[in-house]
Amino acid sequence: MPEQVAVQVDSLKVYFDVSPPLVTRLLNKLPRQYLKAVDDLSFSITKGQTFSLVGESGCGKSTVARSVAGLCRIHDGQITINGTDADLPAARQDQRDAAEQVQMIFQSPYASLNPRWRVRDIVAEPIRAFKLARDKADERQQVARLLEQVGLSASDGEKYPHEFSGGQRQRISIARALSSRPKFLICDEPTSALDVSVQAQILNLMTQLQDELGLTYLFISHDLAVIDHMSDWVGVMYLGRICEITPKSELFANPRHPYTRMLLATVPDLQGKSNRPTITGEVPNPITPPTGCYFHPRCPHAEDRCRSERPTLQTHGPTRVACHAVQEKRL
Amino acid sequence: MTKAGLIKFRNDFLDHDITYSFLHSPATIIAALVTLVMFVMAFGAPLFTSYTPFDPGSLNLMDAFIPPAWEDGGTALHVMGTDGQGRDIFAAILYGTQVSLTVGLLSVLLSIGIGIPLGIIAGYSGGWVDTVIMRIADIQLTIPPILIALMIDGITRTSISRDLHEVVAIPVLVASIGIASWPQYARITRSGTLVERNKDYIAAAKLIRTPVPLILLRHILPNVIGPTLIVATIGVAVAIIIEATLSFLGVGVPPTTPSLGTLIRIGNSFLFSGEWWITFFPALTLVILVLSVNLIGDWLRDTFNPKLR
Amino acid sequence: MAVLDISDLSIEFPTRRGILSAVEGLSLSIEAGEILGVVGESGAGKSLTGNAVVGLLEPPGRVSGGTIRLNGEDITHLSENAMRRVRGAQIGVIFQDPLTSLDPLYTIGRQLTQTILTHQKLSAAGARDKAIQLLSEVGIPAPERRFDAYPHEFSGGMRQRVVIALALCCDPCLIIADEPTTALDVSVQAQIIDLLKKLAREKGVATMLVTHDMGVIAETADRVAVIYSGRLVEMGKVRDVIDTPRHPYTRGLMDSIPQIGQNLRTLPNIEGAMPRLNARPEGCAFNPRCTQTLDRCFRHVPPLDTTADEQRQVACWLLTEQENRKETAYA
Ligand SMILES: Nc1ncnc2c1ncn2[C@@H]1O[C@H](COP(=O)(O)OP(=O)(O)OP(=O)(O)O)[C@@H](O)[C@H]1O
Ligand SMILES: Nc1ncnc2c1ncn2[C@@H]1O[C@H](COP(=O)(O)OP(=O)(O)OP(=O)(O)O)[C@@H](O)[C@H]1O
Ligand SMILES: [Mg+2]
Ligand SMILES: [Mg+2]
Repeated sequence: MPEQVAVQVDSLKVYFDVSPPLVTRLLNKLPRQYLKAVDDLSFSITKGQTFSLVGESGCGKSTVARSVAGLCRIHDGQITINGTDADLPAARQDQRDAAEQVQMIFQSPYASLNPRWRVRDIVAEPIRAFKLARDKADERQQVARLLEQVGLSASDGEKYPHEFSGGQRQRISIARALSSRPKFLICDEPTSALDVSVQAQILNLMTQLQDELGLTYLFISHDLAVIDHMSDWVGVMYLGRICEITPKSELFANPRHPYTRMLLATVPDLQGKSNRPTITGEVPNPITPPTGCYFHPRCPHAEDRCRSERPTLQTHGPTRVACHAVQEKRL
Repeated sequence: MTKAGLIKFRNDFLDHDITYSFLHSPATIIAALVTLVMFVMAFGAPLFTSYTPFDPGSLNLMDAFIPPAWEDGGTALHVMGTDGQGRDIFAAILYGTQVSLTVGLLSVLLSIGIGIPLGIIAGYSGGWVDTVIMRIADIQLTIPPILIALMIDGITRTSISRDLHEVVAIPVLVASIGIASWPQYARITRSGTLVERNKDYIAAAKLIRTPVPLILLRHILPNVIGPTLIVATIGVAVAIIIEATLSFLGVGVPPTTPSLGTLIRIGNSFLFSGEWWITFFPALTLVILVLSVNLIGDWLRDTFNPKLR
Repeated sequence: MAVLDISDLSIEFPTRRGILSAVEGLSLSIEAGEILGVVGESGAGKSLTGNAVVGLLEPPGRVSGGTIRLNGEDITHLSENAMRRVRGAQIGVIFQDPLTSLDPLYTIGRQLTQTILTHQKLSAAGARDKAIQLLSEVGIPAPERRFDAYPHEFSGGMRQRVVIALALCCDPCLIIADEPTTALDVSVQAQIIDLLKKLAREKGVATMLVTHDMGVIAETADRVAVIYSGRLVEMGKVRDVIDTPRHPYTRGLMDSIPQIGQNLRTLPNIEGAMPRLNARPEGCAFNPRCTQTLDRCFRHVPPLDTTADEQRQVACWLLTEQENRKETAYA
């Protein structure tokens, strides 16, 4: 059976206008300024698999997630989900179908549920929006089944979100996401606000649901151990660009890009490695990024070419890397 | 509901933090009782008095200037005395409070009716919509409500006949007070909306293509309306005062359907000739009413939003 | 003599529904130059313990029993003024959020010199020199030039380093660091960890490091204390606790941490959630989630058992049982 592509993102660009106010700009004759949160980024996700994005804070992971979900104006590029262009103003039904296929699980379990709604209404919202229930009784039944599926009980539907702990709220969030029967879920740091023991429960629930329902995940995290646990493929992001796309096993066994190596080296682990390399330099300002390869100011292998020419993704075995040093076999 | 359900409901209610805080605030309990009593007496006035002080036919000039019952010359028939036309002060106060409360409540309803939608729309849309709405609100806030009311009153007075004016006086008053005070509700609602609109539950609603009006109505509104309503309670007291002021100045409700403010004005001219009760009792009622509503408003504000303190 | 010695500390919140005891009979001590990690689930009482030491418990919270000694001196019930002096002169405090700990209106140089001048008799120039020295000590490059910068001109990691510099102004003998790296990236996190270790090693500062990240503890701490629902359940040398956790909760906690290269589809986890303070079960607070309970676990709170090893304390009836059995067999 050929692997089917569930999600395809082609040269996605998302720019934020961060210009100073009009008057200031006119007085000081300043140009408009853009923050390139996502700059020419492409990847695809195979059906039933998990594609993860890792990177430092502010590198644009959430922005990618929000654009794929259609929550964010994209500047350029194309996003195709299950073969339909999410942004295409085509037939209404198609649009609806496409929307049905994308759901999202958010980072903060406290802000992602409307505090004034009962849990059963929260979970039923997508069912109502897409008219997926025959009648009230059917809807109630679906909600009860969903709550049980995520490890809550049907009677929890009567309660309000504040009566639940962080982990339980995240379960409610998952139940809501599943209620429109999507095939594709975006998970933006779904566990980073949770304790490790609760995190394990939620991650297990997510993998179990993936196995049962054949879900496709776009998974975002900054915790490499979580990434390792969840993903099939990993994209490493730096300042709005992807610097390495690789199967998970390759990432940890055989990291190529200097940034990936640095990330891996900085993970604290339970063995308590005593001599971790100290990282020099700070994350550059995304409004005025460096020339050439964005990573060169922090890269120990940078040469003149890195300073002037932007590297493109090149295939090396199963991995695709954007690095001159790797391409020149210096690394 | 089943009996068990009712009992649970009652226990939850008694156990609730709000009930607790209410029961432990004697001032609020008294204020609530006073307000309730005034409400009932004002709107059920015929049950508490047999006089109809604003029906000219029922008045008898012989009864004019009777002092309160406990003063020399007072009679138990007119507990708070009568005014220059023989009207029973107590009855006048009941009917006057009714007018005051009506104007106060309706005008606040009008101003939150304008302010909440505009605030939500401004906060949610941002950009030029926000700028336009909030600049209008700013401009409006720089003009005192009394001036706006005087202006509207002046316009209606010159444009319609005197008889007609008496008929539309109360609606005009409600409109002018209501229009004058929407900006504060718009501001509170807008700042709440600015916080809520970036929360992820809104993103989740957008994800399933919920139309913007529904997002505003079903997600944002329930989460921002609380503080606005609390401020609105105090707004009722303010509106009653503005109405009284306007009526005192003679541009509010006409003497044929007097409010507390009108009664105070009528009584004011007799103050120096010794008939103090004509103005004193309406004024006392006004103070007690405004104070009670204010106390309830303060308590609501403190209980529901500690940050506003 | 230990720098910090907490014995039998209890913290409670009087509420209208009775008294919530948030921390119960907690004892621990930290030697000079030692880093004690404090871990536990959200709401376990870690921050409360830290706040009690520096006298920053938020009312109505109060210390209801036990003593806190700093260098042998009892500081449990000092007046607010006396406590402020102790805090300024001997204890450095680092809170989680680097943004709120700095005043955005003043340059970092000014904030540092102000703090130095309030606690030490120095000339303005002397204070400036000391501030610059502190900044370079915490690893801010070119401190003379950064001296007059405002907090917003720094990245998150640098801000947190400035906060640490502030905490070091008075040459403290004790640092309370409450989740100092949680808001930061892995790469920055590594820098802060290194800094804390350097301080302990070179200046002999005793450090209480509160975090829920076992990886950070593994790498930084000498000893670790595990808190569950306001009670100490296990304490010992970091390597011992991590390699051979003995309390069932610690074991579950260690197991649920995903590790790179683990390759499990399902992570082991602890079922259920930590009980709320007002619903703590009788006996051992962990009993609803524990898989190996004895009768006694439901009736009595297990005492901290130190018989096996002076350095290792575990509060679990199972282990006491085993000891007893060993002893009877021996006899
Ligand atoms: N609405 C916005 N307006 C302007 N800039 C924005 C906006 N949203 C995000 N950005 C900027 O875009 C960049 C990428 O942000 P994004 O939230 O995608 O990062 P992230 O990788 O998700 O980081 P984190 O791990 O902290 O969540 C950041 O520099 C951020 O400041
Ligand atoms: N003002 C308060 N009133 C009542 N209970 C409180 C108050 N402050 C804290 N608590 C309770 O004390 C317990 C311990 O809180 P603490 O902040 O120490 O937790 P923590 O271990 O630091 O958790 P986290 O990892 O979330 O920071 C919590 O269960 C909390 O509900
Ligand atoms: Mg993000
Ligand atoms: Mg804490």
